[in-house]
Amino acid sequence: MVDPAVGARRTAPALRETPSTKVAIGGLRAWFGSKQVLSDIDLDLPALRAIAIIGPSGCGKSTLIRTVNRMHELVRGARVEGRVVVDGHDIYAPGVDAVAVRRRIGMVFQKPNPFPTMSVGGNVAAGLRLNGVRDRAVLDAAVEKALRQAALWDEVKDGLDQPGVALSGGQQQRLCIARALAVGPEVLLLDEPCSALDPIATSKIEDLITELKERLTIIMVTHNMQQAARVADYTAFLYLGKLIEFDRTRRIFETPTQELTEKYVTGRFG
Amino acid sequence: MSVGLTGGSNPFRSVSRRDTIRKWHSHLMLVLCIGAVLIALIPLLSILFEVFRQGLPALSYDLLTKRQYFQYFAGGGIANALWGSVLIVGTASLIGMPIGILAGIYLSEYGQGRPAAVVRFFADVFAEFPSIIIGLFAYGVIVVWTGHFSVFAGAFALSVMLVPIVTRTTEEALHLVPDSVREAGLALGLPRWRVTGSVVLRAAKGGLLTGSLLGFSRIFGETAPLVVTIGGSLFFAKGLDDTSSSLTYVVWRGATSGIHAAEVRAWGAATVLLLVVLAINISVRVITSRRAER
Ligand SMILES: Nc1ncnc2c1ncn2[C@@H]1O[C@H](COP(=O)(O)OP(=O)(O)OP(=O)(O)O)[C@@H](O)[C@H]1O
Ligand SMILES: [Mg+2]
Repeated sequence: MVDPAVGARRTAPALRETPSTKVAIGGLRAWFGSKQVLSDIDLDLPALRAIAIIGPSGCGKSTLIRTVNRMHELVRGARVEGRVVVDGHDIYAPGVDAVAVRRRIGMVFQKPNPFPTMSVGGNVAAGLRLNGVRDRAVLDAAVEKALRQAALWDEVKDGLDQPGVALSGGQQQRLCIARALAVGPEVLLLDEPCSALDPIATSKIEDLITELKERLTIIMVTHNMQQAARVADYTAFLYLGKLIEFDRTRRIFETPTQELTEKYVTGRFG
Repeated sequence: MSVGLTGGSNPFRSVSRRDTIRKWHSHLMLVLCIGAVLIALIPLLSILFEVFRQGLPALSYDLLTKRQYFQYFAGGGIANALWGSVLIVGTASLIGMPIGILAGIYLSEYGQGRPAAVVRFFADVFAEFPSIIIGLFAYGVIVVWTGHFSVFAGAFALSVMLVPIVTRTTEEALHLVPDSVREAGLALGLPRWRVTGSVVLRAAKGGLLTGSLLGFSRIFGETAPLVVTIGGSLFFAKGLDDTSSSLTYVVWRGATSGIHAAEVRAWGAATVLLLVVLAINISVRVITSRRAER
């Protein structure tokens, strides 16, 4: 049953013009135990764009992105129904290996979480090394490339042997982005990546996202409207587990079609 | 330099009777607490003092290098018992630690639902079991079955004690590794066993070492299970199948013998035992405080 006031709006017409869809979500529902937290989400996310997911606390933003790399099911009692199609392949189809999915769809979390006993270089190399890459030259090259992509190379190139946890919060978060990039994902999920950072570190990450979307598709949860407006090409507004509106970011912020969206983006909420 | 006007009565100065009483009250409580700590420390310190007073003079090159003599004869040493302790506790560790660590990993990383609850229940029960009962169990299983006392029977009993200790300390050490670290590993596309083996265990290795050392020192000081399993030989054990003595065994036999020569060796053995256990516990302290600094 769809509450008319909370009626989900399907893909906006403008999106159909976008040539390629990277991630197509269809009829997606998710549960924690018996509690349903996402209902019938349909979303077509374009390739090589930054997409922001916004909505009030507890509306299911984290859950939504965690269904895209099959992290949701790791929580005990958590369950997913529906389809998430990446490049035409349903990642929930029988026989699909969740581990392989996660290698192609990277994730960065709210709090920086470098591996505690590993050096800066070790952290970045971890994904490749622990998946069996032994060649030092290959690893070193991958570490440098990922750190450059994450705009961290110049700050850490002389201290690759330092413990990763010795970096500042903002550097740790870029380290985590580098670690995710090193395994060569096509989609990068970011769950409030700047919420633990100061404004300068935040703007570095925002610049980085703008650069990264040349190469990969970015799906980012944020509580910060300005941040969504600054970096996202598209924005999805979620409310109580339902998708209320999805459109180009400008339209969401300037001419939303749903009253709820307008209330939320203008800060006149509940 | 002036810090502003400081005239008038300072409102932070306590002058009322109530404040004075409160102050004395808190002084009194402090004195009582210190007193209680001292009372608790007296027996502990007097044990240490007495063992070292009687035992340090007994320590000698001979004591540490010669085997035991028949208990009425003076001289000889406790080297066979030291060797026995190392062999028994070493074998028990080789058996018990891998099992305990694996069980701890299972409980922490995979343990949910009923099977884990059962394992956890048994670990708790066995950790609290009277050690003499575990010794009798080893006696019933190994000694009766093989027909003789042996190093292995003692090691088996101690390993049964060690497993639950190591299981619980391992589980606790792994719980200290935040879930965000596991998520980071899984999100990189690493299989679960890899995340456990190369990320979580690595992050917890200090805790695992501490737990293993504490377990080791705990079984190193055990007497009861050995009394009924190892046979108390005066010779060096030639293997796991041989009878043996242990430091605790020498202390127990010597102290209850009423024979002076045996008592001297018992004090010597007690001193060595205490020094080993103290050394292990102090190194655990050093390891943990080093980790806390980082
Ligand atoms: N592990 C869990 N077990 C049970 N319920 C959960 C769990 N995690 C989240 N939930 C519930 O699922 C709903 C959606 O949570 P989710 O974390 O996706 O929200 P969110 O939009 O990311 O919120 P926030 O902005 O606070 O991060 C919430 O109602 C929350 O209480
Ligand atoms: Mg969230």
